[in-house]
Amino acid sequence: MTEAPTRARAVIIGAGIVGNSLVHHLALLGWKDLVLVDKGPLPNPGGSTGHASNFIFPIEYSKMMFELTKDSTEQYQELGVFTESGGIEVARAPERMIELKRRVTQAKAWGIPAEHLTPEGVHKLVPYLDPSVILGGGYFPTVGVVDSLRAGTLMREKAQAAGALTVLSGTEVLDITTAADETGHERVRSVVTSAGEIRADNVVICCGVWSPRVARMAGARLPLTPIVHQMISVGPIALFAGTTGEISYPIVRDVDYGMYERQHGGDMEVGSYAHRPILIWADDIPSNEAAVLSPTELPFTQDDFDPQLEQALELMPELLGDEKAGTRYAINGLISMTPDGHPLLGEVPEVKGLWSAAASWIKEGPGCGRVVAELMSGRVPTVDVHEASAARFYPAARTAANTRDRAAEAFNKMYGIVHPREQYESTRPMRVSPLHERTAALGATYFETARWERPQWYATNEPLLDKYAGRLMERPAEWESRWWSPIINAEHLALRDGAGLVDLSAFTILDVTGPGALAGLQNLAVAQLDVPAGRVVYTSFLNEEGGIVADLTVMRLSSQAFRVVTGAADGARDAQWISDHLAAGAVLTDVTSAWATIGLWGPRAAAVMDDVLDEAEKRTRSAFPFGSISSVEIGGSVVLASRISYVGEYGWELHVPADQAGHLWDRLWDAGQPHGLVPVGIGVYGTTARLEKGYRAFGAELTPDFTLVEAGMTRPRVKAQAFIGKRAYLAQREARRSMSTAVLATLTVDSLVSADGTPRYAMGGEPVLSAEGSRLVDSRGRPSYVTSAGSGPSTGSHLLMAYLPARVSPVGTKLLVEYMGEQYPVTVASHGAVFDPSGSRMRG
Amino acid sequence: MEILVCVKRVPTVGGAITLTADGQAVDTRMSGFTISPHEECAVEEAVRLVDRHGGSVTVVTLGPVEAEEQLRFCLSLGASKAVLLEACGAGEFGPIATASALASVAESGAFDLVLLGNEASDTGDYQVGIRLAHLLRQPVATGIKALSVAFDGVSGSVEAVSVEAAREYRGVSETFQLPLPAVVTVKEGINLPRYPSLPGRLRAKRASIERIPVQFAPEGLRMRTLRVPVAGQHTATVLGHGVDAVPDLVRVLGELGVLS
Repeated sequence: MTEAPTRARAVIIGAGIVGNSLVHHLALLGWKDLVLVDKGPLPNPGGSTGHASNFIFPIEYSKMMFELTKDSTEQYQELGVFTESGGIEVARAPERMIELKRRVTQAKAWGIPAEHLTPEGVHKLVPYLDPSVILGGGYFPTVGVVDSLRAGTLMREKAQAAGALTVLSGTEVLDITTAADETGHERVRSVVTSAGEIRADNVVICCGVWSPRVARMAGARLPLTPIVHQMISVGPIALFAGTTGEISYPIVRDVDYGMYERQHGGDMEVGSYAHRPILIWADDIPSNEAAVLSPTELPFTQDDFDPQLEQALELMPELLGDEKAGTRYAINGLISMTPDGHPLLGEVPEVKGLWSAAASWIKEGPGCGRVVAELMSGRVPTVDVHEASAARFYPAARTAANTRDRAAEAFNKMYGIVHPREQYESTRPMRVSPLHERTAALGATYFETARWERPQWYATNEPLLDKYAGRLMERPAEWESRWWSPIINAEHLALRDGAGLVDLSAFTILDVTGPGALAGLQNLAVAQLDVPAGRVVYTSFLNEEGGIVADLTVMRLSSQAFRVVTGAADGARDAQWISDHLAAGAVLTDVTSAWATIGLWGPRAAAVMDDVLDEAEKRTRSAFPFGSISSVEIGGSVVLASRISYVGEYGWELHVPADQAGHLWDRLWDAGQPHGLVPVGIGVYGTTARLEKGYRAFGAELTPDFTLVEAGMTRPRVKAQAFIGKRAYLAQREARRSMSTAVLATLTVDSLVSADGTPRYAMGGEPVLSAEGSRLVDSRGRPSYVTSAGSGPSTGSHLLMAYLPARVSPVGTKLLVEYMGEQYPVTVASHGAVFDPSGSRMRG
Repeated sequence: MEILVCVKRVPTVGGAITLTADGQAVDTRMSGFTISPHEECAVEEAVRLVDRHGGSVTVVTLGPVEAEEQLRFCLSLGASKAVLLEACGAGEFGPIATASALASVAESGAFDLVLLGNEASDTGDYQVGIRLAHLLRQPVATGIKALSVAFDGVSGSVEAVSVEAAREYRGVSETFQLPLPAVVTVKEGINLPRYPSLPGRLRAKRASIERIPVQFAPEGLRMRTLRVPVAGQHTATVLGHGVDAVPDLVRVLGELGVLS
């Protein structure tokens, strides 16, 4: 056994594809004194890498997953371990033929080669497949297979050759010790291994299915569960006897039956995601010594796989039905799953210096290794991985119960047709607003964000459908009507006509206080935060390269107290960003659960407010200018009224202690009835009203991939104080005169009518094409795609937002958007708001 | 010819064996169950014999209902009938009771040959085959690694009359001729068992399995508790490299008494 060094700059635990990739990229970035520890033997220590089927389909709906997969594929190619085979997703059901249209269209958005095949076309490429049982296929010619164990070995050896790495195989991690640092945060101190204790500044968990167990040693929770993926290998296949190399035929994904067939030398591997979800506890994974095959190749449970056999035989009757071909290998292979299907990358929220590079599969492993190495080096990662941030979950979503419930629910959707708005059903409700009983009584349909239940629309608003008939932009196609209601558009019109009450209690609310609060936040915000107490400021946070990392509002409550309000989906990450960058003298407190937020907006909002304010305060209402916050008394409660709007109407965000939220809601409700007040859901707040106003949303329009200049969000002046990303931001402003790369625009769809005459509504992610139908890519190689889509009921148009190359961005430019394989004419309508562009309604 | 193969559901063993907390069983949660390698060979041998000479293979096991998993595995390899002697009552069946239960099945059909593994891979009693033959009043050969069937009269006769069974014992080759019906226990190496084909598995899945309850009766030998022996600490000493190592090597070999 190699003796462990006593000190390391970083200890990387786990020598699977991710750990090996990570040490390689750290070494490339100049790191020395790295130690890679694995309890198993090399090159296959017994984790999921060792039994992976090792194929890579480039197509993903998630841009992040597409980019991680793309980078990983390129890395495998550079290492010489990638073999292109092509891959086909076959359709057995009519709905799948439609889904394939969506996938091929998505491939076009990202620039992935893809085409539709007839059953005969599939048969030509895969002669052993029975074309009579399929309706067609989607062909992805750049699909390939990799040798992930070889790739890992090569990358590990490169780090060793650079003199950066000590490798300890057969060495078990027994403990990770932590200690409080000078700011009071827990920080990693050492890794205790069976070969001795290693003091380390950084510890990285690249432990795949073991990750939650290892994280617990340091007191951290990683929401990851081992789950079984069954696979068998059947051979010898007579047809493959004459082929050379690992693979000669395209990989087939029989997606309607949740399985794949992939040649592996003389055998055919058949893998399944169709069996019942079989969850394992990380603590129950057998040791290398006790495992029959390996710790992650558990005994095959034949009964679970039997239905797949018949389906596989139906698809490839002669090849798999050969009596001479036997099942030579069959496993319940363990793989990692998270509550949302994305990896866990970056520093974990509980412990400084403890990093996660977990829940990555083969297809994104090297890319995950690269971005975590970049994050550890304080660099802006090559791929925007905010959706994979290890800090994206609140504690309630990091629990084993939540992780297992969601993994069990998502497992069978792996090859499923998943609607972009589809909701999880397990373990709900978890986080509810103090107004939940009231909104439930109003017939709210809830969508979940970060485990919060948020009213999307209200059944009690159904009478509005008659009132606004003809203006509701109804969706006759089932796909777009799913997880949607025309009530959303009716609520929208009612809000613009009268007033709306919006439950916004899912907002993450972070108090930053202390003598260092101003300096700390100034250093993060692009906007000037040294404003008088009583002002609310809308601002972005940037990374060092000027990419957008957060979009939120900051209220100055007093000289040393600020309140940050941000979206539920982003709050956990934003809290980590703030906490990571706050200097001494400032304290961050998450007060989300202590406060409820009610939005009151619309042309009659002022009248409603007048009816609930005390006489004395009513007189000062006109002194609440836009951007002000006032502490007012409503019905005996002290309410913080913030005069801002995300819907483009006059009104307030009303922040009230959670225990009095119902009281405030009732006062407003009663006062609002004569004024046409209706409850309004997030369907309006987050989509229709927002899009009409051209407001950008974090994660859609605002991501680290784009700049404030491109987003059209530059301010007239740049504040004198320093802030993260300022240098890059100044350079972006300077460059905009000489070369503009991309411009964010709102597009209106000119004709919604599809080939069969049905109006169709793009929903986001679709490719934006030139008037001639070719892909639009800006000078930095970024494709144009729909970042947000939704109805604009007040404008009568279906609205899309997209970054466009500057040359096609002028208002009035005619372009095309491809949706479900058909092209629809669109027009660049605005770079700002298509509704009330002057903003007069909001100012009142 | 009609062949009966007796198999047993046993824990799959990888490397280190772990026991359940009460020390009454091997912890199989992460390892599962199988039949012993000898029995896989017995099934394979039986399937090959009927492939060659006609007839059918019946598999039988004594065990819990879960042992149907092992029976279906045998069916997927080519056996055509399966019988589960469903063990009822608490307690592990010993070799006497096992042989007796198996004998009831063997007697109920006109089997020309009963094949077993030489010993079960968990209890390793080495008794069931011999006891079964005794109960059936049939000849038995054990530890067999080659088997062939002789037929009455002209080739192609349907009447198998005897088997020739061979084994190696301490370098000596022994061949026995047994008149049928007979009992033979075979050892791994007699053949290379096949893997189940997909159609084979589907046939196995659809097959019905006859269940016969068998009441547990205690016998002389009873399992009290299981214990995993502490693995000996093996250490290797490097005696030296090249010719420098010769004197020490000679000394060690002398101590072992292997030098004359």
